[in-house]
Formats: sequence, structure tokens, C-alpha cells
Amino acid sequence: MSFLVIEALRKTFGQHAVVEHFDLAAERGEFVSFLGPSGCGKTTTLRMVAGFETPTAGRIRIDGRDVTGLRPNQRNVGMVFQSYALFPNMTVAQNVAFGLKVAGRSAAEIGPRVDEMLKLIKLPHLAERYPYQLSGGQQQRVALARAIAIKPQILLLDEPLSALDAKIRISLREEIKAVQRTLGITTIYVTHDQEEALSMSDRIVVMNEGKAEQIGTPFEIYNYPRTRFVASFVGTLNLLPGKVIDAAAGRIAIDGREVVSSRGLAGAQPGEIRTVALRPEAVTLNDPRADGNRMEGTIEDVAFLGSVVRIRVRFGESSISLDTFNNPSVQPPERGQAVTVCFAHADLQVLQDAA
Amino acid sequence: MKTSKIGPWIAFTLGALYFIIPLIATFEFSLRLKRGEYSFEAYRIVLGDPRFQATFGYSTLLALATIVIGVLLVVPTAYWIQLRLPKLRPVVEFITLLPLVIPAIVLVFGYLKMYNSSSLLPLTSSPWSTNLLLTFGYVTLALPYMYRAVDTGLRAIDVRTLTEAAESLGAKWPTILFKVILPNVRSALLSGAFLTFAIVIGEFTMAALLDRPAFGPYLQLIGANRAYEPSALAIIAFFVTWACMGLIQVFGRGARGASPETR
Repeated sequence: MSFLVIEALRKTFGQHAVVEHFDLAAERGEFVSFLGPSGCGKTTTLRMVAGFETPTAGRIRIDGRDVTGLRPNQRNVGMVFQSYALFPNMTVAQNVAFGLKVAGRSAAEIGPRVDEMLKLIKLPHLAERYPYQLSGGQQQRVALARAIAIKPQILLLDEPLSALDAKIRISLREEIKAVQRTLGITTIYVTHDQEEALSMSDRIVVMNEGKAEQIGTPFEIYNYPRTRFVASFVGTLNLLPGKVIDAAAGRIAIDGREVVSSRGLAGAQPGEIRTVALRPEAVTLNDPRADGNRMEGTIEDVAFLGSVVRIRVRFGESSISLDTFNNPSVQPPERGQAVTVCFAHADLQVLQDAA
Repeated sequence: MKTSKIGPWIAFTLGALYFIIPLIATFEFSLRLKRGEYSFEAYRIVLGDPRFQATFGYSTLLALATIVIGVLLVVPTAYWIQLRLPKLRPVVEFITLLPLVIPAIVLVFGYLKMYNSSSLLPLTSSPWSTNLLLTFGYVTLALPYMYRAVDTGLRAIDVRTLTEAAESLGAKWPTILFKVILPNVRSALLSGAFLTFAIVIGEFTMAALLDRPAFGPYLQLIGANRAYEPSALAIIAFFVTWACMGLIQVFGRGARGASPETR
């Protein structure tokens, strides 16, 4: 049996269901991210695991024990909040020691554990500082140390990096991942930042309107999105309407131009309109060696983004964006130039949703 | 563009004079007990009066009791309103403001009617129980100030998240309230406590009608029968109030820590 099991979880506020039909089985030591836009129910689901919200229906089991009806202080979960939530009246060391004192541990046990935690977050020199004397990044590291000091069964992080600036965010997410890997603690991480989720997680749960749209590894979620929502939410994507010609052969027409998808068109009927997804980095321009789909079009826009040049090519009613690496010795193409875009059969994904 | 500061300074000076001139006049009058010279004779008489010491001691004791009961009543109430029952906030605020619109004399007549010696709860039947009734009355009178102070303090910290953080670390309600919440609203509590103290020390109506030996009725008695001593007492009362305000500042500034939101 999995370490954390969430079964048929549902939460309603009045008539409005914020989470429904939510199932998840996370293994011991796994890092799972809940990814989705604001209001998709990811924080509510996390809060139900923490015990701050009571599910309307469904069960939550941690290591085989049903914790659905238990209070937060009976669950042995560590929580890190977006707003740090350090106790302002206590020093860094007192904050980290708080959970251990509450658990009735002896001073001889608390002191070394606090030292160990402060070393882990690389802040042993700030033990006697108060939270208001620390930067946001330091406060969040202390909050992490405080949460894991009690050796929780599960670590829950609710958008812990959202309040920090970009540079700190990147360094801190690497630290959080390193700490998680060192301790081997099962972790649920809530974020709306796809880069965070993709870079840190063993698995991602993409959530939309209270439901898990897709659960998979970052590789699966990014490369094989199952729905239009997942495809559009994770990474940049070309979404085009396609008319199915021959489902068995994977033939589909985009704006009258026939292309082939080797991933198949499960259950599609000829003439049906389906959404076709294509990553910008999977498309090349005027590549004579390319084998696969080719479409003639005209360059509509060229955006120089530094290391990458993003080009939009128009075909009648549709357009495709593609990324090429910047080459200092080659000028980017001009607007209005006639070009051929090329992409492999395997890179063309036909989604389950209608366009 | 540089704005002229003359206008604000004139307004400030007029305001200051409005408050300071009567005070200086009172102080000057209190020094004129001996003919032809300034002296602190009125203060010596007042401070040496056993009734002053007895009534001031009595009112101080009742003020401390009022503060303790007020804190025990208001802090958990304001905390729960903030945390679990925010919709009830307007109702509770309305209730806490009632003592400002219902005169103390109405309250005390209500008490006398409700708790007289032939009622079900005869709180006026003995001095001890009357002291208790007076303390409850003071708690009611101080409620608007105590509740506002504590509520403002609670709003300045993220009560919900701090509570949840403590809960996730295994803490139960008493630990959360006394180790996490109370220390972080310390300066607000002190504000409420000192305001309560100042109100109780000068309160007349309830103490007089319940016939208790408090400082307020003593002030009135001296004022009705003596010339210079009431002025000395007024200055002493001002000094006590100012001392309270000063203590609020000292302890408020000394409160350690601040939430990220209040930095």
C-alpha cells in the first residue's frame, strides 16, 4: 500500500465544490507537486491533508492510518506556509525548537536537534536572531527547519517560494529539493509555477477546477499532456484545430494541410475536429534533412528573446510558433519571408478534447 | 513644491494651549494654599490623608482585578472572532461599544435592580459581593477600550496562519493562546490594561451609587468641601494617567519581534 493515499476526496463550501473526485497514491519519500492556477483547489487539498479543512467526503491515509478525522496536531505532518508563519516573539532557535518542546522532548535532545536543523539549512549563525531580522529567503529556510525538526511523516509546502524574488526562488527550490532528498521525506508541494513543479517533482498532479486533470512525471506531463488544459498550462504550446481524416493512420488536416501524428487518434471519427498540440522547440525552419511533417507558410512575427528567437509562422487561419537558438553569425529571418516548418510525426499530439 | 508649515504649527499651538492652559492654571492654584507664597502644602495634605491612601489602594486593587477579568474575557473572544467567527465581528463590536452609549448611571441602576438583596443573585448584600459587582461593572465600562486594543493587536499579526503553524507542530489550544498569540499582542494588551486602569481610577458614578470606598467618590468629596486640595488631586490624577500612557509607550516599544506583515 502507498504511504499517502487520498481516496475520492471532495470538499464543498456551500453549494460550490472546490475539490472533487480527487485520488492520489504517493510512495514513501516521493516528491509530489500540485500544480494549477489560482482557485483550482490545490491549496484546499493540501489543507485537507494537513487537517486544517475537513473533507466533505473521501478518506486520507498516511502510512496505513486513517487520518481523515484527526486534528492537525494529531497527524504528525510538517507544514511550510507561503507567509513563513514564524512566531515573531521567538528567536530562530526557539522557532525550530517549538514543536520539539510541545512534544515534551528533553532539553538534552532539543539542543542538538535544533543545531542539526540549522546546519541543514545553513543558518547556524542566525540562531539568536528574531524573524524580523531575517530576509524572506532566510525566514522560509527557518520555517522549513521548524517543520522538519519534529520528524514529520509528511512535509507539506504551500507555495513556499511565491513571496520571494526570482533569484532567491531558484536557489531556495534547489535547497528544498536537496533537504527533501537528504531526509527522504514524503513531500506534497503546492505551486502555480510550472518551472518549480517540473524541476523539483517526482510526479506532478495538474489540477483544474477542483479535479486532477493529469498525474504523471514531469517528462510525461510536459511531453504527453492528455488534455487541452494541461497542454496549455504547462509550457508554451501551439494549439491548433485539426480535422481528422484517417484515425488509424494518424492523418489529420490543419487549415487544409495534411499532417501525420504517430501517436494515434484514439477513438476519433473521420471529420471530427480535435485539438492538435505542438511544442515550439519541436519545430524547425527550412530544414532539408527533416523527416516528417512539412508545412509552407509566411513569417508573421520574429521576437528576439536573447538565447532564443521565437518565430511565428502563419498558414491561412492558423499560426505556429517555433523556437530557434540564437546564432550570432546568422541574422534572424525577416517578416513576410516564405518558409517551410518541419516537425516529426511523433511530436504532433492530438488531444482528447475537441477544439 | 515646498509646502508651508505655518498653518499646521498654528493649529498645533492652539490645540496645545487649549489643553495646557487649564492644567497650568490648576497646578498654579493648587500651590496657593499658603497665603502669599507657593507651596506643596495641598499635596502634603492630600497625600497624608488616610482616606486618600485607602481609596487609592482600593481603586488600584479593583483596577487590577478588572484588567485580569477583562483580559480573560476579551482575548479569547477576540481571538475566536478573528479565527473562526469573522461574520460575528460587527455584532461583537456593537456589543463592546454599548458602554459608550449607555451612561454608567443607567448601568448601575440596572445592577441595583437586578442584584439587590431580595433578588435571585443578591450581589449587593455584602461588601465582598458588591466589590465583585463593581469589578464586573468596571469590566463593562472598559470593554470598548480593551476590546479595540486587543482586536487591533490581533489584526496586526496573521492569527490564522500562526495558529495553523503551531497546530501543525503539535500544539494544543492553551499552548497556542499563551505561547504564540498572547506574546505577540503584548503591547496591545498593555494599552488596553493601562486604559482600563485610568478609567477605573477616576470612575465615580458606579462606586458612589454602590457605596464603595473608591477613589472617584473621594475626589468628589474633597472637591465639594475643600478649595486647594481638589486641584492638587486633579494634578495627581493627571500624573497617574500620564504615567499610564508613558508605560504604554515604554512597554509597547519594548515588545520584541514583529510579524513580516508589520515590519
